[in-house]
Amino acid sequence: MSLILFIEQALNGLQFGIMLFLMASGLTLVFGVMGLINLAHGSLYMIGAFAAAAAAAATGSFLLALAASVIFAAFAGVLIEIIVIRRLYARDHLDQVLATFALILIFSEGTRWVFGSFPLFLDRPDWLAGTVSLPFGIEYSLYRLAIILTGLVIAAGLFWMIARTRIGIRIRAGENDREMIGALGVNISLLYTFVFALGAGLAGFAGALIGAIQSVQVGMGEPVLILAFVVIVIGGIGSIKGALVGAILVGLTDTLGRTLLPMFFGLFMDASSATSIGASLASMSIYILMAGVLLFRPKGLFGVA
Amino acid sequence: MRKETALNTALLALLLAFPLWAWAADEPFLITLTTRAVIFAIAGIGLNVALGFGGLVSLGHAAFFGIGGYAMGVLAFHAQNYTPLMTWPLALDGTTSMPVIWLVAIILSALLALAIGALSLRTSGVYFIMITLAFAQMLFYFAISWPAYGGEDGLSIYIRNGFPGLNTMDPIQFYAICYALLLLVLFFVWRAARSRFGLMLGAARQNPERVRAIGQTPYRLYLVAFTLSGAITGLAGALFADLNRFVSPSMFSWQTSGEIMVFVILGGVGRVFGPVAGAVLFILLEHILGGLSPYWHIYLGAILLGVVLFARGGLYGLIAGREVAHD
Repeated sequence: MSLILFIEQALNGLQFGIMLFLMASGLTLVFGVMGLINLAHGSLYMIGAFAAAAAAAATGSFLLALAASVIFAAFAGVLIEIIVIRRLYARDHLDQVLATFALILIFSEGTRWVFGSFPLFLDRPDWLAGTVSLPFGIEYSLYRLAIILTGLVIAAGLFWMIARTRIGIRIRAGENDREMIGALGVNISLLYTFVFALGAGLAGFAGALIGAIQSVQVGMGEPVLILAFVVIVIGGIGSIKGALVGAILVGLTDTLGRTLLPMFFGLFMDASSATSIGASLASMSIYILMAGVLLFRPKGLFGVA
Repeated sequence: MRKETALNTALLALLLAFPLWAWAADEPFLITLTTRAVIFAIAGIGLNVALGFGGLVSLGHAAFFGIGGYAMGVLAFHAQNYTPLMTWPLALDGTTSMPVIWLVAIILSALLALAIGALSLRTSGVYFIMITLAFAQMLFYFAISWPAYGGEDGLSIYIRNGFPGLNTMDPIQFYAICYALLLLVLFFVWRAARSRFGLMLGAARQNPERVRAIGQTPYRLYLVAFTLSGAITGLAGALFADLNRFVSPSMFSWQTSGEIMVFVILGGVGRVFGPVAGAVLFILLEHILGGLSPYWHIYLGAILLGVVLFARGGLYGLIAGREVAHD
């Protein structure tokens, strides 16, 4: 296969991985700090995409749409944190799974009720349309490249925030010992609401960015949510670094698997069965990757024992 | 405990009397509705073995439900099209005999549960939840992308599979089969819960260190429970596919896993009859709320939220007290 195709697909995988990182970082922070497993994180992704599509339809501005996605998703995050999620921190994981599953039902049907069952479309802006020329004569979509760069900037910002700011110190302290930082005078419930809103805003932002590539529809969040789970299981729950490494691994495995596996089987099979076996295996590849990581490191690559 | 026994008896009597009434009143739709409730109950009983008795929060039981469904679909598909199931290394044909299909469904889902369990049980807590979910999702995508058996569109069979001496296309006769299987499964789980293994499993859920200290291996206990659990849910999957005469990848979907869990929770975790009450309640809600609004999932979500936040222990917890609710 040609090198150009390989690099293009690797970039697509990187873009997919960056997007997964935006989802996974919120999930892993919420789990690390509050000990909460949040199935409704995919709903926040969906809310971001719908808010962006509605804002773009109303104003015609893509930047305003992105802002709307973050604001609405973060606002929805604050709302459910105060009404529901707060009551779940002290509960066991089963209760958390069920309550957030109930939230998915409410959000999905509520969105269907407001926007209808038909997918909405969010157009990428003119100034990000078209392709850009990279070395080796590769023409690559400007929009996807912009997603990769934006995601890397956000990742850097998150690392900086966690490592260097006062709020980051509190988040890390919260991961280590909740009672103690409460006793030291940190407003713990405000901190929890902030962390949850931060995760929600990142998920909403990811939803808006992807909404411009795919369609915006009810149920778009859960497949991404499950992939984000795979990411944090691979990376180690609670670790932002693990989320980044896991996300890029999963993104590359998935995207390259879809291209390379059918080609690989095509070497010694006829084209149609190579395509179908390759596609079936590719759809399983990230889960096989996860099983492999778990065999050797049950707590993930960067998990603390 | 006495209230619980009364509720158990009332449930079984209701599930016997209501379809007979519907049969007499010539309401085949209501019989089919009750059949769905009974099949969901079996699926829930399966999950309850892992979730309630073993404390293993599996969010991937759709995997076993789906494997059971596809066992039925694939076997019946080959039998009805007169094509061999496989020619190598053994020459095997499909079948339209329900008992054979059940056996295959149970064995396949037990093997799958053994494999998934062996990997997932290396972890615990939130990892376990996510990993079981991920394995079910893997099978979901596999079923979608494997074209031989319908891929995304699923697989229809023309007539329901046969059971010796019965006309399975008659709703009340098919119901009788499902009801009898429900009783069998209930009896089996009730016995298992009181056996040496069941007691040891409960001990491992509550305090694995102590179980280890008296020379037992919690991992092994969990794995057996998870395998049993998967096998029962797989049987329910085969029945569900036969009820609809249709299997599709949606049986593998994460929503299916969530719904099976809802049956267990609405009824009451860790009680042998809990999922039966939960499945009946679910079907009732679906029927009543679904008639009120096409967006009935909002109400279901609100009710589920209420149960989790304020009424842990489900219906059994409300009526019979909380003495055996999960810890």
